[in-house]
Amino acid sequence: MTRVRLIKDRISGKLFLAFTLLSILLVVFVGIGLYGKSVPILRQSSLSHLLFSREWKPFKNRFGFLPYIAGSVLVTGLAILIALPLSLMTAVFISEYVPNRIKRLLVPFIDLLSGIPPVIYGVWGVLTIVPFIQDRIAPHFVEFSSGYSALAGGLVLAVMIFPLIISILLEVFGTVPQELRDASLSLGANQWETVYRVVLRKSAPGILAATVLAVSRALGETIAVLMVCGNQTAFPHSVLDPVYPLPALIANNYGDMMSIPLYDSALMLAALILFVIILLFNGLSRVVLYRLERRNNE
Amino acid sequence: MTFEAPHIRVQDLNVHIGDHHILKNISLDIPDKKITSFIGPSGCGKTTLLKTFNRLLDRNKEVRIGGRVLVDGEDIYGKDVEVTGMRRKMGLLSQRPFPLPMSIYDNIAYGPRIHGTRRKKELNGTVEHYLRATGLWEEVKDRLGSPATRLSIGQQQRLCLARGLAVEPEIILGDEPTSALDPLSTQRIEELFLQLKDRYTIVLVTHILRQARRLSDYIVFIYMGEIIEFGPTEEVLLDPKERLTREYVKGYIS
Repeated sequence: MTRVRLIKDRISGKLFLAFTLLSILLVVFVGIGLYGKSVPILRQSSLSHLLFSREWKPFKNRFGFLPYIAGSVLVTGLAILIALPLSLMTAVFISEYVPNRIKRLLVPFIDLLSGIPPVIYGVWGVLTIVPFIQDRIAPHFVEFSSGYSALAGGLVLAVMIFPLIISILLEVFGTVPQELRDASLSLGANQWETVYRVVLRKSAPGILAATVLAVSRALGETIAVLMVCGNQTAFPHSVLDPVYPLPALIANNYGDMMSIPLYDSALMLAALILFVIILLFNGLSRVVLYRLERRNNE
Repeated sequence: MTFEAPHIRVQDLNVHIGDHHILKNISLDIPDKKITSFIGPSGCGKTTLLKTFNRLLDRNKEVRIGGRVLVDGEDIYGKDVEVTGMRRKMGLLSQRPFPLPMSIYDNIAYGPRIHGTRRKKELNGTVEHYLRATGLWEEVKDRLGSPATRLSIGQQQRLCLARGLAVEPEIILGDEPTSALDPLSTQRIEELFLQLKDRYTIVLVTHILRQARRLSDYIVFIYMGEIIEFGPTEEVLLDPKERLTREYVKGYIS
C-alpha cells in the first residue's frame, strides 16, 4: 500500500513537470514556427527595410511593415490612454466608496461585459462610434473623414479592455489589507488621501500588471478593430486617419492573394512581429514590476 | 464606576453587525491619563468596543450603532462631527503592525504632512523626536529612506506607534498590540505604554491577563457583548465581585 502511494506521488510530480514543460515549449514552438515561415522574406529583404519602410507593394516584392506596426501601436496606445484612467477611477470607486451590498451587484455586471464576443463590440463600433466620429468629431479637425479611423479602433478597444482592467484592479485593491486603510484613516487622513497615498501606492505593481495584460490583449485584438479602423495601408498622421493594424492585415489577407510570391511569408512575418512586440513588452514590464516590488516591499 | 471628568464616556451603546447584537447597553467611563484594559474571551466584543471610539467601525454600512460616545464631552456620533479631526485625537495600534507602503521617514511624516506641515526642517524634527520617543532612532537613523517593511516586526510596531504619536493624539487605542510580537519586543512596547501614560489616555484590548495586570490601572471585563465588571486592576483580577469574572480570571472560561 505504501509503495503504491509512493509511486503515485513520484509519477504525479513527473506528470505535472511534463505538462508544464509542454506549455512552455508551446510558446517556443510558435516562435520557431513563425520564424521558419518568415525566413523566405527575411532572405529577400533586410530586417531594417522590413520594419522601417513604408512601402507596401506586394506585386513588386516590396514589403514595408511600418504602416501596420504604427497602426497597431497607435490603436493600442489610444485604447490604453482612454481606458486606463477611466477604469482606474471606476475600480477605485467600486472598491473604496461603494457599500459591499452594491459591490456584489456591480462586479458580476462588469465580468459580464468582458464576456461579450468581440464581433458585437465591432458591430456596435460600426453603428455608433464610426458615425459619431464622422459627424461630430472629425469635422472640427479635418475636411473629410469616413469615421473609420485609428480613433474609432481605439475607442472600441478601450471599451473592450475596460472591464478587463477593472476586474483585475478590483482584485488588486482587494489584496490591500483593510488595516492599512484603517491605519491611514486613524491618523486623520480622509478617504481620498487614503486612496491616493496608500491604496494606489500599495497597488502600483498590480496596476502596472493590469496595464500590461490590457496592452497585450489590445495588441492582439483582431475582429472588432478590423471592423472600424478603415484598413488602409498608409502611415497614419493623425488619429482620424484610417489605419491597418497587424492582426487585421493577417486576418484580412491570409488565404487570399497567395499567388503572389512571398506574400504568405510576409504575413507570417507580420505575425512574428506581433509576437515579438508582445513578448518584449511583457518582458520589459516584468523588469519594471520587479523593481517596483522591491522598492515597495522587501 | 464613574469618573468626574472621564476622557471617553460611553452611554447606552448598542452595536449590531448584520443580525448580530455585538455590544449590549454599554455604559462606561474611561479615565483621563490612565491605562484601561478591556479583557474577555475572543469574540466577546472588546475589539468592537475599541473601534467604536474612532469611528472606524461604522465605515461598514452593515453596522448599526445606537447610543452615545463622548470624547472630551463631545458626542463623536453627532451630526456635525468632523470625523478626520476626531480620529486624529486617537492613535491606533493594531494586532499586527501595518507600516504604510513607503519609507521609514515618510511613515512618520505621513500624518503631519496631511495636517499641513510642509517645512522640511520641521518634519525632520518631528520624525526624529518620535523615533527617539519610541526608541527607534538609534536603530534606524542611518536608513530613514529605506522601506518600512524592511524593519523587524517589533520595530515595525514601534514605528506604527511613533507614526500615531506624530499627529499629537490625546488617546492611544491598542488592539492586542503585542499579539504578533516576540517576548522582547512585547516588553519594549509595554515599557513604552508605561512611559506614555503620563501624557496620554491609553485603552488596550488584551487577552493576556498578566499583561493587563502589568500595565493597566483599570480593567473592564466583557463577556458576550456586556460589561460584567469594571474596576481598578487589582480589584478585578484578585478579588472579582462577579462569578463570571472569577471564572474567567481563574481560567475556567476563555
